[in-house]
Amino acid sequence: MLTLDALTVRRGTCPVVDSVSLTVGKGEFIGLIGPNGAGKTTLMRGALGLLPAEGQSSLAALPVAERARQVAWMPQAREIAWPVSVETVVALGRTPWLPRGGRPRPEDRAAVDMALARMGLEAFRDRIATRLSGGEQARVLIARALAQDTPLLMADEPIAGLDPAAQIATMEAFATLAAEGHTIIAALHDLGLAARHCSRLVVMARGRKEADGTPQEVLTPDLLARAFGLRAHFSDGPDGPIFQPLSVLG
Amino acid sequence: MTRLLLPALALLVALLFVASLTIGYTPAGLGESLAALGTGDGPLGLVMREIRLPRALLGVMIGLSLGLAGAAMQGYLRNPLAEPGIVGISSAAALGAVLSIQLGLSAAFPLILPAAALGFAALAVGLVLMLAGPRGGSITLILAGIAVSALAGALTSLVLNLSPNPYATYEIVFWMLGSLSDRSFTHVWIALPFMVVGWGLLLTLGRGLDALTLGEDAAEAMGVSPRRMRLLLVLGTAACVGAATAVAGAIGFVGLVVPHLLRRAVGARPSALLPASALGGAALVLAADVAVRLVVPDRDLKLGVVMALIGAPLFLHLIRRTRGEVL
Amino acid sequence: MNLCTDQLAMLVAAPGQLVAVSELGRDPHLSAMAEARPEIPTHGSQAEEIFALRPDLVIAGSFTARPAVEMLKRLGLRVVDMPPEQTLDDVAAHLREMGRLLGQESRAEELASRFESDLAALTVPAATPRPQAVVYGPNGYSAGPNSLAGQVLELAGYDNLAAKLGLSWGGQIPLERLIMAEPDLMITGGRYAGGSRSEALLDHPALSAIPRARVPEGSWSCGTPYILGAIRALSEARP
Repeated sequence: MLTLDALTVRRGTCPVVDSVSLTVGKGEFIGLIGPNGAGKTTLMRGALGLLPAEGQSSLAALPVAERARQVAWMPQAREIAWPVSVETVVALGRTPWLPRGGRPRPEDRAAVDMALARMGLEAFRDRIATRLSGGEQARVLIARALAQDTPLLMADEPIAGLDPAAQIATMEAFATLAAEGHTIIAALHDLGLAARHCSRLVVMARGRKEADGTPQEVLTPDLLARAFGLRAHFSDGPDGPIFQPLSVLG
Repeated sequence: MTRLLLPALALLVALLFVASLTIGYTPAGLGESLAALGTGDGPLGLVMREIRLPRALLGVMIGLSLGLAGAAMQGYLRNPLAEPGIVGISSAAALGAVLSIQLGLSAAFPLILPAAALGFAALAVGLVLMLAGPRGGSITLILAGIAVSALAGALTSLVLNLSPNPYATYEIVFWMLGSLSDRSFTHVWIALPFMVVGWGLLLTLGRGLDALTLGEDAAEAMGVSPRRMRLLLVLGTAACVGAATAVAGAIGFVGLVVPHLLRRAVGARPSALLPASALGGAALVLAADVAVRLVVPDRDLKLGVVMALIGAPLFLHLIRRTRGEVL
Repeated sequence: MNLCTDQLAMLVAAPGQLVAVSELGRDPHLSAMAEARPEIPTHGSQAEEIFALRPDLVIAGSFTARPAVEMLKRLGLRVVDMPPEQTLDDVAAHLREMGRLLGQESRAEELASRFESDLAALTVPAATPRPQAVVYGPNGYSAGPNSLAGQVLELAGYDNLAAKLGLSWGGQIPLERLIMAEPDLMITGGRYAGGSRSEALLDHPALSAIPRARVPEGSWSCGTPYILGAIRALSEARP
């Protein structure tokens, strides 16, 4: 789905993402974790070709129109500039599929309906998106990305600022998508949710890939201390994996 | 409602066009003047064909151009305060036009007049976009506009003051406020080609402007090229505003008022706002031009005065509403 | 320091008598005497500039450059205000007045009586109906029957259209109203360099069908003997 080979993004001469290689397969739900400033956002934008980068990215190598049908991107800033309806926002996800100057076709409408249904937004269809709460807007924007109907979905902190129920619902929706064969890469700060829902975690620190594997493989006391400066509780019980950061290491 | 909006606006423009044709110094009935337009050989036919028809046509063309340019700029900058007049593009275009007239270039080659206005307008759009940045924050946008307007206005006044022609100085008012009085088909023909190109460029922006609703990054990931859009926007706006200003002076606020009034009716979609705003702009300019002739028929009341009377209160209202974002 | 008094003074004064005239008096568009007496320097009608010339007498127009004129009076210069000529009879009277001011009575008397006899000798063949003419300048400015130009039109054998449209001294005639009135002759002046919308009005295609005559503003903007030339030129231009 995505192959990065020694991807390096520099700001000035200083590498913000330093020679990261990564291979992502179909059906994975990858949590991209790491402290602030670790280079998560830059890695994703570089991989998408939105930033000039050295090394190889299979996405950035695609023609722009083709890339837009391969990957949907949700930037961290949840921007809806105009008071448009929820349906209009979601329908924007169909932009890469519409024929030049054409109107939405039946399959475009179907994709929009499905995305609205998946995020439980049918009742919001005609509401003005900018008048919704932050959490509702976030769900609208996820639905927008779903309507783009791409095999790969990349999201930058999609659950930041949502209430706990909405966070869990979103993570479950991503996991369901992954189970259906989509691939998800999401930058996350909540390690507990990442540990419970992601199939694989990639840890970034100081621009480098520090670790890569299943949550159990990755979230070791040693790595947590090295990358995050944290001590944590991690157990696997009848309710699934439970991860709880406990204290900051001096 | 959205479906009926464009036909309704087109009908309104048609009605105002007829009104513009039939209102003037010469009292003549509706039927009489329209008949004279087609076949009249006498002085009324001359008045209709050579004075009122170009005036009404220019009203439509300039309104379309300014409404469209305003909607496109607002869509690109995602800011309802963006408008060619406010951000100084019209003033810069006026400077270009005045220079080409005073240097005698436009007398030799009439198309230099709109071309020079276009060139200066493009400089101003580029400058404002550069200063305001990709997201076009309100404060930087307005400050950039004030700076560009002030500089262009001062240089225009300077050029007119230094002109060997004693009448030129008195025309500072025309260039700053705009008027459609006593324009002829010459002006229609020199403005039209530039405007048509501008309309064509700006109307292609619709889908990209929609995508930009979600921000530059999201739009780019959906296959929209903000850089290409910026180029089209600069050229399209400069062509529209440059040609309009070259023949009628700087008419402000059209691109502010019209998108604001129509945004809700089109569901706020920038792409739908483009054609609606164009037609709305035509209706507004025609209506204002009819109004200046009805209110004070014997004076050449400047169109910009009427537009500012409508536009400035709305501008203040918008500033008040976006205050939260500004501070 | 006024277009009209400058010209009268240049006609009457002895060589060396005039310290300076205004720049307007040398403006080829406005003055009939732009080329005359080139040895006389010009000034820009500013009080400071004129005061520095230390003249014995300042001759000003009663409507021009008032702040500068008041200033010169306060500074103790002898300033005489001359009203503009409103009728052709004023021409001779003002020439004689200028002669008194400059101590050139005999020269002024000679000019004045020559003007009077020339004016009396001027015969203009009558025509019926009299053609309708209109003075049409930048911004659509026209001259009414009470103005000097209006009297010139009358003498040259025209009906002044501006009078029919309700102007007495002068004012603007909208383009539409002019076209609807169908004048037989449109009289325009010269063009300045640079260019202006005001003058561009005269290029409007709707005016192209109206016959035109060109009378330099200088010959009839002031009441000088040159005004006879304007009358002759216009009567010859009759369609």
